[in-house]
Amino acid sequence: MKTQRIVNVGVGGQGNLLASNLLGLAAVDAGVPVMVSEIHGMAQRGGVVESAVILGGATSPIVAEGEADILVSFEPVETLRLLAKCNRDTIVITNTRPLPPFTVAIGMAPYPDVEAGLKLVGRRVGQLVAFDGQALAEEAGNPLSLNMVMLGALFARGGLEVPVRAIKKMIRTHTKERFVPSNLKAFDLGFKYAQAA
Amino acid sequence: MDRLLSPTSGKRHLLLGNEAIVRGALEAGLAFATCYPGTPSSEVPDTLYRLKKQYPDKVQYYFEYSTNEKVALECGAGAAVAGLRTLVTMKHVGLNVAADPLMTLAYTGVNAGMVILTADDPSLFSSQNEQDNRFYARLSGMPMLEPSSPSELKEMTKYAFDLSEELKTPVLLRTTTRVNHAREPVTFGRLGKVKTTGEFVKAPMNYVTVPAVSRNLHLRLLKVYDQAQAISERSPWNRIVGRGRWGIVTSGVSVNYVLDALDELGAKNQVKVLCLGQSWPLPEKKIARFLKSVEKVLVVEELEPVLENALRAIAQEKGIGVEIVGKSRKHPAKSVDIEPPKFLSRAFEYNPRLVRQAIAKTFGLDYTAPKPVSTKGLPPLPGRPPNLCPGCPHRATYYAVKEVVGSEAIFPTDIGCYTLGLLPPIQMADFLICMGSSVSSAGGLARATGKKVVAFIGDSTFFHSGITGLVNAVHNNHNFTLVILDNGTTAMTGHQPHPGVDTAKLGDSTTHIDIETLVRGLGVQHVTTIKPLKTRAAIKAIQEAVDYQGVSVVISRELCPLFARRVAPKRYRPFRVVEDKCKGHLDCINKVACPAMYLEDGKARINPNLCIGCALCAQICPENAILPVKEAS
Repeated sequence: MKTQRIVNVGVGGQGNLLASNLLGLAAVDAGVPVMVSEIHGMAQRGGVVESAVILGGATSPIVAEGEADILVSFEPVETLRLLAKCNRDTIVITNTRPLPPFTVAIGMAPYPDVEAGLKLVGRRVGQLVAFDGQALAEEAGNPLSLNMVMLGALFARGGLEVPVRAIKKMIRTHTKERFVPSNLKAFDLGFKYAQAA
Repeated sequence: MDRLLSPTSGKRHLLLGNEAIVRGALEAGLAFATCYPGTPSSEVPDTLYRLKKQYPDKVQYYFEYSTNEKVALECGAGAAVAGLRTLVTMKHVGLNVAADPLMTLAYTGVNAGMVILTADDPSLFSSQNEQDNRFYARLSGMPMLEPSSPSELKEMTKYAFDLSEELKTPVLLRTTTRVNHAREPVTFGRLGKVKTTGEFVKAPMNYVTVPAVSRNLHLRLLKVYDQAQAISERSPWNRIVGRGRWGIVTSGVSVNYVLDALDELGAKNQVKVLCLGQSWPLPEKKIARFLKSVEKVLVVEELEPVLENALRAIAQEKGIGVEIVGKSRKHPAKSVDIEPPKFLSRAFEYNPRLVRQAIAKTFGLDYTAPKPVSTKGLPPLPGRPPNLCPGCPHRATYYAVKEVVGSEAIFPTDIGCYTLGLLPPIQMADFLICMGSSVSSAGGLARATGKKVVAFIGDSTFFHSGITGLVNAVHNNHNFTLVILDNGTTAMTGHQPHPGVDTAKLGDSTTHIDIETLVRGLGVQHVTTIKPLKTRAAIKAIQEAVDYQGVSVVISRELCPLFARRVAPKRYRPFRVVEDKCKGHLDCINKVACPAMYLEDGKARINPNLCIGCALCAQICPENAILPVKEAS
């Protein structure tokens, strides 16, 4: 089985760790070897949160520079920050809606022109799927379902060994009951968008 | 029912490394558990606490959050000496706090399995240093196990209890962040039978460590070492993988990097690997045989060259001329973020790419690493440092203290969320070395400089190791103000309880200890308790405290808003900036910098989704331009 190294990056509160955990659970359910790793600690306090899911049998829990097969980013500045994890074949899936860090909000630093930055990314990596995932989460009726939108896009474009029904099963059984319908809708919206893009 | 309590064996569950420790302990029949939380170990005690609370009828172990690691180890030692299977958990620097009992507990030994978790943090994701706690096995003489993955972690935890019981000595279980915080499928075994009541058989000549007793006990410890080494020689945890004329010796998480690398390099028939899971005492004979069987050997271990130096000693003693390659001084690590180490260095964690390159280089294997794409031409990226939360009472306390003493005073600080006071615009953190150091170092700084000193410590940290420092300050007539930031919980590590918490709010049956009564009891003459979000009164009280000659204590009491949301939820009423009143002084942004605030066209604005209505900014606005949303509209 081919090893796939997936890096998920986002900002504290965006649900990045849940996304990695659900993918891990789905992999176990589908019998795909999996190792998940995460950095806890400062997540609740507005910092960057990074996690990794390694599918296919490699057991190293982290992804080094230049070695991400797929980068899923929940925030465009964080996509640019992790560019060095990618190589010329990497699939980059990114939300384009900015979540300005506090340093920007209080005028200590400018928020960069991410559109230009992402254009540059698109020229250097294998595939770039950039879209306003936050808008799709809002369309699904739950602004906090961005993580499901991004999972949907990952399943549409990642060529994963884990089937869609396995991840949907985990969304049904491992997310809060009252959010399940909006989570599933968000997943589908992300999937459809990325498939057509 | 929680899967961790599932009585059925054979099933596979995706577990976090720290949950795997819990399951392993339950399969071993855990009866007693103590801890002090700390990343990356915290999910072990948090899971034990949660299970105990949710399933009081299903769970048979006793569990406590102890006041610090020394207390946790001593309390656990009492249980283990009385014959109960005991788990004690802490982060790596916690073992420094517990080092005193550790060293002599190794002499007395225990009467039931006792496992001590030390969770190391290479690359310092959330720690003050990256010390290598493998040295503690060597220092104390206790056996050490080093798992490489969550599933090994579960099996080794279980095995550690048996090993400890066989040797009648505690066993150190040493992990690193990447093992604690990895998730993988773990196959469950059966839950163990729990012996819940112990018996203490008096034997003062074994347990009361006066010199005459300890001389004998030291000899006992040396015998235990020999026994443990014999076990280590035949331990299945010290295994050889693959075959070939070259060799690699490795342990811990690096085992994964090495085995993956050999797979990717197609070198499984050229390089064999000695994986040391039961890493102390070292299986010296097994290592010697391994060294003899290869032409060249590479040592892959994070942090200090502990195995490397041992291998060199074994080779020298046995006259083995094999070339040993390890850490190189030629390639010092420079920066963990910007440039990962180029060769095996003594600083920072390793990664798969680094290890693959080191193996290829050492054995002359053909390898081209995938090239990271260029980051040239990217715009400068704004930092995203962690920050005190919107409505965090620490921000208000810092504001009030700065209004009184300015930035010129010296601010020793401590370990907790409030360490983030280091960042602009607060910048009120000047010295920090370990938990409790704020209080004790304040005395030294004040005497040495004659300057105004205001020290900050959190409530949990104060109970952990601030009390003795405060007694010292009172007794020796030091002169400084101590601010105890009492947010009613251990916020930084995930809201664990501590002796000062409101136990009724949590529904725990522990006993609450009042900080103000305690501080007065320690002999502090000037003690005031303030509400930091009542700015004017807080400033007045702080002024009086810093004017006092001698040791004064200000207890700044306000619940952590994240914790409050859980235990005492209430409706928030956000504030807004009234546009025609705001004259753009920007005191709200420049002095307190709450993450709910942002700039728009040079004027302050408040994000109503983030604001929790603490009203700090409203109180400091010189134009009274910040009002609750309803009143303003």
